[in-house]
Amino acid sequence: MSRTIDAVVSPTQTNTIPADISGQMLDLDEDDDLEVFSKDLTLADGNMFNASMPTSPGSMVNQCKFEEDEESDSKDIFITVDNPESHVTAIETFITYRVLTKTTRSEFDNSEYEVRRRYQDFLWLKGKLEDAHSTLIVHPLPEKFVVKGMVERFNGDFIETRRKALHKFLNRIADHPILSCSEDFKVFLSAQAWELTTYKKQGPGFLSRMGETVRAVANSVRGVKNRPEEFTAIQEYVEDFSNKIGSLDKVTQRIVKEQKEYLEELKEYGPTYTLWSGSEEELAEQLKGVAGCIERCCKETEEQVGHLSDTLVPVLHEYVLCAETLKAVLRRRDNIQAEFEAKNEALATKKVDRDAESSDLGFVWGSLLGKNPEEARHQRQERLDGEIEELKEEIDKLEDRVEWANNALKGDWGRWQRSMRGDLKSAFLSTAEKNVDYYEKCSGVRFLSLPPIVLP
Amino acid sequence: MLSVYQVYLLPGNSVYCGSTISPSQIPLYTKCILRLKVILIFYSLQGRTLILKDIKSHESLSLVCITQLERRMADAGNKESAPIGGDEFTNTELENNKNNTMVEEGSTLLRRMEISVAEAEKRTGKNTVNMQEIFTVYLIETRPIDAITEGHNPAPDSLWRRYSEFEILRNYLLVTYPFIVVPPLPEKRAEFVWHKLSADNMDPDFVERRRVGLENFLLRVASHSVLSNDKILYHFLTEEHRWKEVVYETGFQAKADSRIKALSATFRVKNPDKRFTEMKHYSDELQSLTSQLLRVRARVADRLYGVYKVHGNYGRVFSEWSALEKEMGDGLQSAGHHMDAYAASVDDMLEEEEHYADQLKEYLFYAEALRAVCRKHELTQYELETASSDLISKKQQREELATGMVRTFSFKGMTNKLFGQETPEQREAKLSLLEEQIVQGEETVTEKTVECEEYVKGAWVDMQRFKEQKDRDLREALIGYAVMQISMCKKGIQVWTNAKECFHKM
Repeated sequence: MSRTIDAVVSPTQTNTIPADISGQMLDLDEDDDLEVFSKDLTLADGNMFNASMPTSPGSMVNQCKFEEDEESDSKDIFITVDNPESHVTAIETFITYRVLTKTTRSEFDNSEYEVRRRYQDFLWLKGKLEDAHSTLIVHPLPEKFVVKGMVERFNGDFIETRRKALHKFLNRIADHPILSCSEDFKVFLSAQAWELTTYKKQGPGFLSRMGETVRAVANSVRGVKNRPEEFTAIQEYVEDFSNKIGSLDKVTQRIVKEQKEYLEELKEYGPTYTLWSGSEEELAEQLKGVAGCIERCCKETEEQVGHLSDTLVPVLHEYVLCAETLKAVLRRRDNIQAEFEAKNEALATKKVDRDAESSDLGFVWGSLLGKNPEEARHQRQERLDGEIEELKEEIDKLEDRVEWANNALKGDWGRWQRSMRGDLKSAFLSTAEKNVDYYEKCSGVRFLSLPPIVLP
Repeated sequence: MLSVYQVYLLPGNSVYCGSTISPSQIPLYTKCILRLKVILIFYSLQGRTLILKDIKSHESLSLVCITQLERRMADAGNKESAPIGGDEFTNTELENNKNNTMVEEGSTLLRRMEISVAEAEKRTGKNTVNMQEIFTVYLIETRPIDAITEGHNPAPDSLWRRYSEFEILRNYLLVTYPFIVVPPLPEKRAEFVWHKLSADNMDPDFVERRRVGLENFLLRVASHSVLSNDKILYHFLTEEHRWKEVVYETGFQAKADSRIKALSATFRVKNPDKRFTEMKHYSDELQSLTSQLLRVRARVADRLYGVYKVHGNYGRVFSEWSALEKEMGDGLQSAGHHMDAYAASVDDMLEEEEHYADQLKEYLFYAEALRAVCRKHELTQYELETASSDLISKKQQREELATGMVRTFSFKGMTNKLFGQETPEQREAKLSLLEEQIVQGEETVTEKTVECEEYVKGAWVDMQRFKEQKDRDLREALIGYAVMQISMCKKGIQVWTNAKECFHKM
């Protein structure tokens, strides 16, 4: 499963798109995107497999349409995550999972891939996807570690729960029309370990990331002024949803706890009947029968609790994490808009500046320095005009960016709601079914314990 | 020939019948309680048929027509059948049916008189240290049976009694009939409580269960072949005010054996009847086993309560969440209601289970009564043995005095050696005294032997009766318990099936 690398890694370039990769990006015609998403990422190394390059809104629409048609057909990419194995090195111990991919997509060279990945790799993938598509909703990863309870990192149940969540994570991405086309995703699924390490290193430098974070923080402090109504509505919904799903998560975990405690007591209950049967003659059979019943009910209860823990608890937990993801996505969208608004304000200020009469101070300085006042003013006007033009260009790019971000979010929002409904409905349905089954089995068991006929 | 079936109603929509029919084949609401050969009561809500098969002939008994069955019973020559009731039955009537089964056990009082503890009320009064106290009194109603069967419907005689008076009655019976396993009273204080049940004696549920327990006590006593003839019992049921004086006049309190006496007898008796020793051993086991069972059951009930109640939170959150959602709203809302219903259902279920616990508790307390009978035997046996050995030693002394031979070391012998023998006159005096004592002693031994034998005979009969009663009652209690559990499961199935449908709509 080796891949041939078609392009030569070109040396570091500046702000132009190398001709050889332009073909890969459908209709990319702006550098502005590069500015936002770290030019360095795409061009610093000139790497071919430049997955984080977002496309322009126009091209996005095209792609969206195309993918939607595809979605209604059968899936064309199947991923499984299984086979956890532990690896011990001198420095650390960690778990890797096997990621098996089967696909008919043309972007992939082969139709099958088998690689091993560790949790850190998943984290990396998520980070890349969020960077590239900051207003798309990426399904959450299982948490790094569970704080409550005494769950060790290498406990069997923990690993299994994590494996399932990772499996779901990858499949959700595979189902997503936009995210599944991500180059990072492709690399994640197909590259061998050493290839992935190399690829990862081609990320943006630390400093550029810093700069971005600082800007983001600054924007969030500034706040967004004219948030469209629909996003406010979404935000309110997300707040409420987050509360509700958090409550449901807690309630369900409490039920599991109570049910387990009930089971513990039940396990002690049956033996009291057995013990008693030892002292009785006529009643012995019947007492033993009751004891047997209780024992079987214990088994059923254990199964039921297991089902709850395996089916409902993880789904609710996932959606608790989803709610946080949604909040982050909304924040990022707000930041994008805030940045746009900020630049607009800067433009307005500059315009005012330019149109103002020459400031006294500038004039005074100019004359002190022996400059021709007329010339100085002219120079200043030219300078400001230039800056204004630059700003206008930036603003245009930002405006596009805002529109693109909003559209992406809107589109994904509908998708997310549908899959949320589907997931929660099926989890609750499954729970209800299991409970019905549980009670049916228990009543059947008790039934059999009844003695046939009482004769005088 | 009418065969007997136990049929239990499962509250809801099916019936368990101890036969080849499974409940799924019986889609009816029919309440039947068939008891031995005596009573056949039907309670058909919807008039459809319940098919039972005669175990011997495999003939189907179609119970469409109640009159058919009446005729059938008449054919069986069973005159003691109670009139077949109409459509409504109350608890007291069902209790009366229990009365009637006790009737057949050869009682006298209960044949003549219908007894019930109908109500409970709070009263205030001054207690022994002249302080205000609140206590509960229970209304005992009695009616002569002839009047009822003749078709009249006389108003019952009634009087009020408090729990402490029942205690006095029971203590009297314990002392007066030590060879009888005297039925126990319901517990003085609530034990084996799980958190919802109040341990408060004033709690209405506790009072109600106690009322039932007191009635049960009276019915058992009044149907006992020996106890039912007691005059004091009769006064208890009929004389409200003078009864206490009368019972104290019997001086029963003085006759009670001291605990110390009883305990030392247990340790020192040499030849108790082996059967009684075994029975005592059994009573110890019964006591510890049932109390352990009751303890664990209470804990299980507590936990189960927790599980159900937490589901109530689903109801609340679903309802709140449904306000947020457009498409899922309806499904969630109705699912929430079902979760509320589920959480609420546990209260009734566990209340019913308390009834089962009460049945077990009765036998927990019975164990103590059984042990008391065994201990009394040990006491009488011990007294017999003591009297016998006293007699023997007296006879020995007589021999020594008569022959002058000292067989065994005695103080007398020593003093004789030291201080010289006594004079013949002294010896004569001693001998005659001894003779008297020996005669008395022989009488005592004879009395005691008879006492012991009679005690053993009477007690053994009653212990056998008790054993059969216990087996019957506990068997039924266990069946009732299983039926309760089935009913609980059926409710669970219903709730979750409904919830499932609501989730489908999501």
